[in-house]
Parts: sequence; C-alpha cells; structure tokens
Amino acid sequence: MLSIKNLKAGIEEKEILKGINLEIKAGEVHAIMGPNGSGKSTLSSVLAGRAEYEVSGGEVILNGKNLLEMAPEERAREGVFMAFQYPVEIPGVSTTNFIKTAVNEVRKYRGQEALGAVEFLNLMKAKMKQVEIDQTLLSRSLNEGFSGGEKKRNEIFQMAMLEPKLAILDETDSGLDIDALRLVANGVNALRNKDNATIVITHYQRLLDYIVPDFVHVLYQGRIVKSGGKELAMELEAKGYDWIKEEVKEAETA
Amino acid sequence: MADNLGILDEVTNSEYKYGFVTNIEMDTAPKGLNEDIVRFISAKKKEPEFMLEWRLKAFRYWLKMEEPNWQNVSYPKINYQDIIFYAAPKERKKYNSLDEIDPELRKTFEKLGISLDEQKRLSGVAVDAVFDSVSIATTFKEKLHEAGVIFCSMSEAIETHPELVKKYLGSVVPYTDNYFAALNAAVFSDGSFVYIPKGVRCPMELSTYFRINAENTGQFERTLIVADDSSYVSYLEGCTAPMRDENQLHAAVVELITMDHAEIKYSTVQNWYPGDKNGKGGIYNFVTKRGACLGNHSKISWTQVETGSAVTWKYPSCILKGDYSIGEFYSVAVTNNYQQADTGSKMIHLGKNTRSKIVSKGVSAGFSHNSYRGLVKVNKKAVNARNFTQCDSLLLGDKCGAHTFPYIEVANQSAQVEHEATTSKIGEDQIFYCNQRGIATEDAVGLIVNGYCREVLNQLPMEFAVEAQKLLAVSLEGSVG
Repeated sequence: MLSIKNLKAGIEEKEILKGINLEIKAGEVHAIMGPNGSGKSTLSSVLAGRAEYEVSGGEVILNGKNLLEMAPEERAREGVFMAFQYPVEIPGVSTTNFIKTAVNEVRKYRGQEALGAVEFLNLMKAKMKQVEIDQTLLSRSLNEGFSGGEKKRNEIFQMAMLEPKLAILDETDSGLDIDALRLVANGVNALRNKDNATIVITHYQRLLDYIVPDFVHVLYQGRIVKSGGKELAMELEAKGYDWIKEEVKEAETA
Repeated sequence: MADNLGILDEVTNSEYKYGFVTNIEMDTAPKGLNEDIVRFISAKKKEPEFMLEWRLKAFRYWLKMEEPNWQNVSYPKINYQDIIFYAAPKERKKYNSLDEIDPELRKTFEKLGISLDEQKRLSGVAVDAVFDSVSIATTFKEKLHEAGVIFCSMSEAIETHPELVKKYLGSVVPYTDNYFAALNAAVFSDGSFVYIPKGVRCPMELSTYFRINAENTGQFERTLIVADDSSYVSYLEGCTAPMRDENQLHAAVVELITMDHAEIKYSTVQNWYPGDKNGKGGIYNFVTKRGACLGNHSKISWTQVETGSAVTWKYPSCILKGDYSIGEFYSVAVTNNYQQADTGSKMIHLGKNTRSKIVSKGVSAGFSHNSYRGLVKVNKKAVNARNFTQCDSLLLGDKCGAHTFPYIEVANQSAQVEHEATTSKIGEDQIFYCNQRGIATEDAVGLIVNGYCREVLNQLPMEFAVEAQKLLAVSLEGSVG
C-alpha cells in the first residue's frame, strides 16, 4: 500500500530525514518510535504534505501513485489521514459542518454524490457509536474549548467518518490520561480492517498496549535504525533508547 | 510564521460577477452641479414646491461645507462638476403592470438574480428595483396594500403620501448633518419608502435592489422607513455596479423611525464594484444611515455585510430616545486588494433603560485597510443604559491593515459600557488542518471566514444568509495563493 524509499527531507535547509525506507501493506499497523528530535513528526508532516518541509530525495508511493507530487488536500482525498498531535481550533465552524464538508470533498474526488443531510446524519450516528463519541461535542465549534482528550477523540471520529486507507496517528497519546487513551485506542482498533493501514507515531510504549502493532520501527537521527515485532517496543520501554544510540555509534565508527 | 510560508502572500484578482453593462437609452442631466441641476431633478420628478425648497436649502448649505477628511481612508479629490447627477432609462411611462417593464431592464435584474416576476420571486419577499436614478418596479404592491403597508419608490411616495414624507424626511438625518447628507438631500433621485401602520406585522420581507449602470454618474438614493406603534418590518437592500475604470460616487441616506413597541430590522448586503486588483475603479460608498427609536420599547437592528466598494464610509446608528428602546448593529466588513473601509456604528442613549449592542467583524486581505469606528454615547438623563461592543479583526496575509477607533462618552453614572476587541490571523495551521481533511485552500478560507462571521450572518433573513455566505467566499477569492 505505502512504499517509502530513501526519503530525505528537512526544514529551512536542515536535513532531518536522511533516507527513510518503509514498506506498509494493507491490514498492517506499524509503530514508529524514537527519542525526541529523531524525526518522527517530520515524517508525518512530510507524508501529509506540510508546505514548510522540503523533500530533497527519495519517493513515497501510495497505491501506485506518487504521493509527493500531490497537494495536501489531494493526499487526503486519496485516503491519507493524519490525526494531529495538536488539533487546531476553528471558531464558529461547527464540527458537524466541518466534517460534512470534508466527507463530501472526498466523495466528490471519488466520483460519488454528495451525502444529503439525512444520509449524513445516519452515517454520523453509526460512526459515533463505533468510536464512542458524544453528540454534544459535534454541535460545538470545531475543537474550540475542547479538552485535550476531546480533541483527540474528535480526531478519531473524523478518521471514522473519512474511512482513510492510510491513517497516521501523530503522538495521539500525548497529553491523555489513561481513560482517554483507552477510548482513543478502542476507536482506532474498531476501525482497523484488512484494507487499511495505520502508522502509530509515539514516544512511549504505553499506547501500544492498546493498539497492538504488527511492526515496530525505531527512528533515530533521521533513519530507521531498528525494526522488529511488538516485543521491540517492550524492550525499548524496559531499556530506554540509549542502547540503540550505542549501537548506531558503534556501526558508525566500525 | 505566515510570512515565510508564502501561502497567504500571493494576491490575485477576485472575480466580480456583476460587472456587466446594460445597453439602454438613457435620459441624463448635463454634467456638473448647480442650482439648475437641483431644479432639473425636482422638475423631472414633478415634485411639489416643498421638496424643491428643501433641496435648494440643502444645496446652498452644502456649498458652504467642506468634504470631511477625518476618516481613515484616502482617495483623490472628487470633482463634483464632473459627475452626472441624474440618469434614468428613457421612455419611462407609468407601468400599469409589471409586464410592461422594458425587457432589457427585466433581463438586467434577472441576471442579477432579482426576478421582477412575482410568480418567480422567492415567496415572501417584495422588491423595489432601482436602476441608476430611478425605481423601475415594486413587486407585491397589492398584497402589501391589503395589509395596509405602503412600500413604493420615494418618488411615488412624494406624490401619493406627501404628508408622511414632509413629516419624516430629513427628521433623523437633517441635510445639515454632514457633507454627503447635504449633497444627497439636494440631488437624491429615488429610493424606497416604507410605512407600516399601527399593529401591523409586515407579511413579507421587503427588499430594495440598487443597480448603478450609467457611466460617470453618481447614485444618490434615499430610503425612509417608518414603523408605527407595535409594528414590525424586516427590510433588506442589495447593490451592484458594472466594472469600470473610473470611480463612481454613491452617497445614500437611510432614515428609520420606530414608534412605541415597533421594530425595524434592516439588513444590507453591499456588493458595489470594488475596483480591480490594482485598485483601479470601484465605487465610493459614502452613506449616512441612522435610525431613531422614538417610541418606548422600540427596537432598531442593523445588519450589514459589506464586501464591495473601493472606499466605504458608513456608520449605521441608533438614537435611543424612547425608554427601554434597543439598538443593535451587526457587521461583517471584508476588504481585499486595495479596498478601504471605515465603518462602524453610533449608539446614542437618550432614554432610560436603553440597551445597545455592537458586533463588528472585520476581515482584511491583500493590501486593504479596514477600520472600525464606533461611538457609544450615554446622555445625562439616560439612566441604566447598557452597551456591549465586540469588535474583532481578522487578517489574511501581512500586507493589509486592521484599525479600531472606539469612542465612549458617558455622562450618567448608572451606565454600563463594555468593549471587547480581538485581532487574529487565519493561521497556516488552520488551513493545513482543512487541507488534511480534503478541503482545498480557497474553500478552507471561506469556511474559516464564515465561521468567524457566523454571529453576524445568523442575523440575516434565511434567504439572504446563504447568498451572503457565498459572497464572502467570492470576495476573498484569490486572497490566498
């Protein structure tokens, strides 16, 4: 589904990603972990198409299409969804209205008719149940005055509504207490199926107790330095990142 | 942050879709302004003596005045001898029915989305269509007549209801008020007149559509709405003009009067030609709008969506004379490219327990300047006056300006006056968030701006709220690269 080859990118002439390689198949969940400043957020930003990041090499192919040539909104319409670490507030725009606009933009792109008010409402009800979100949240202005947990749950609800092929959860666990974390994780798990893939970017192993990954990758100094199964996350939790840093150093000096 | 990202930097032209010209034979006054022109206009309209006298007094007063320059806008000096003060489609006989209207004019209004055909109109909205200096048609007259409502052109009102005109015209905005009010009184050619009798709730929305067509002309219309005891009316005006390279002057006066327990809701969607992306052409929109809540418990509510005009200069105001009277002002003013707007409101509290509310939302893009200017004045005898003012500015890009000039004068200790103000920028983050959900940048800006203006748009009558939302998006088209 997603193939990242030798991806190099940075911001303001500073190279942060120094050749990322990653293959993700439909139905898989990949966790990307790493210490602060390793390039985790840069990777998600580059995949989503943030303008301030510059790609200097490599390629990213999503279902046969060159992702890097697309505008951010096209990527979204192609099925890339990013759950933001810090979802923005848009005062005066109701959450429902916003999601309806987004859903219909995506449908238009796929050659489907726009959803009418009733159909949309029915879809919304079904999804609300699936990810356990409160109706009152949806009638409020988008993210305005939402608590940290509410914002993250709203992200997962949008993900449910948009049914992406590739979901990127950017430090979705940051700032969540254990109950909120469980709710968010339940939502993500409910949306997993054999046709979509998920990238979970996280600092801590904690989230991976709830969203169990098929693969774990460690990002360090702009490269994936180690990959493994879910047990790698446990090892990181137990031992920290220092031993990885050591390994990298040894490899460099050898 | 926005500065180095470049997304908001680029400014291109926005589409003005009402810029066409109607080819029709016109009857025009010679260029320039003098007493003969004033007499010419009055004679054209076969006005009674009292009107001519009033016009002449206004004209002589105007000659002694100076054009104001305190407002935060700049434009080249207007040469009043280079303007045509009267232009009307030729062969204008009295129409016995709406079917007799010149097809060319009918087509013009159809193109603007204003059908003069009653069957095709949105049910529940009566329209007075003003083309250059004269009113072309007023729909649903009979139905309104049944309710006792008078809705006609100002010319017709002078003819058929001189007593009402004599009593109220100039009573809220006297010709001595300001330079443009004096000019308007001298040369105004038409406009709408509304009278709602006691106890009547007007059965439909009333609306006037103003269209400037002729070249080198100024449009000076005058609207007067009187709501007698316990009556209610909702009134809306819209306006457009062709795209031309030279500037055109529009100096209107609107007067509203409410008696005991009466209410007038006055909404404006102003979309005069704003000029091109380099600031060439466009309308100078210098308007005096004022309402007087004469009666106790009466209410006047102004709502305006201002997206057009090269230069806008207007302050819809309320004089709260009656005890317990209420004045409201809800405004969205959008400026793009080189547009300039200096707009706001005045709330003058005279009666006891009077209340006023001002909600102003400015949106600036391109190289434009957008100023809020407002006065809240509480007189000595206005016990327990309340005012709440909220004044927000939204900036798109870094080459535009937003300015706020609030004036508060309080002479009674029991008054409570609140003023809140914010200035914000549309964030790259907000736009990217929308992009990431599949919404393109232009649509994202429309969405964000509409959200920002929602409180004001909610005040508009349903039919027009949708139009206004689209208009906001169109006005800002090209304001982001």
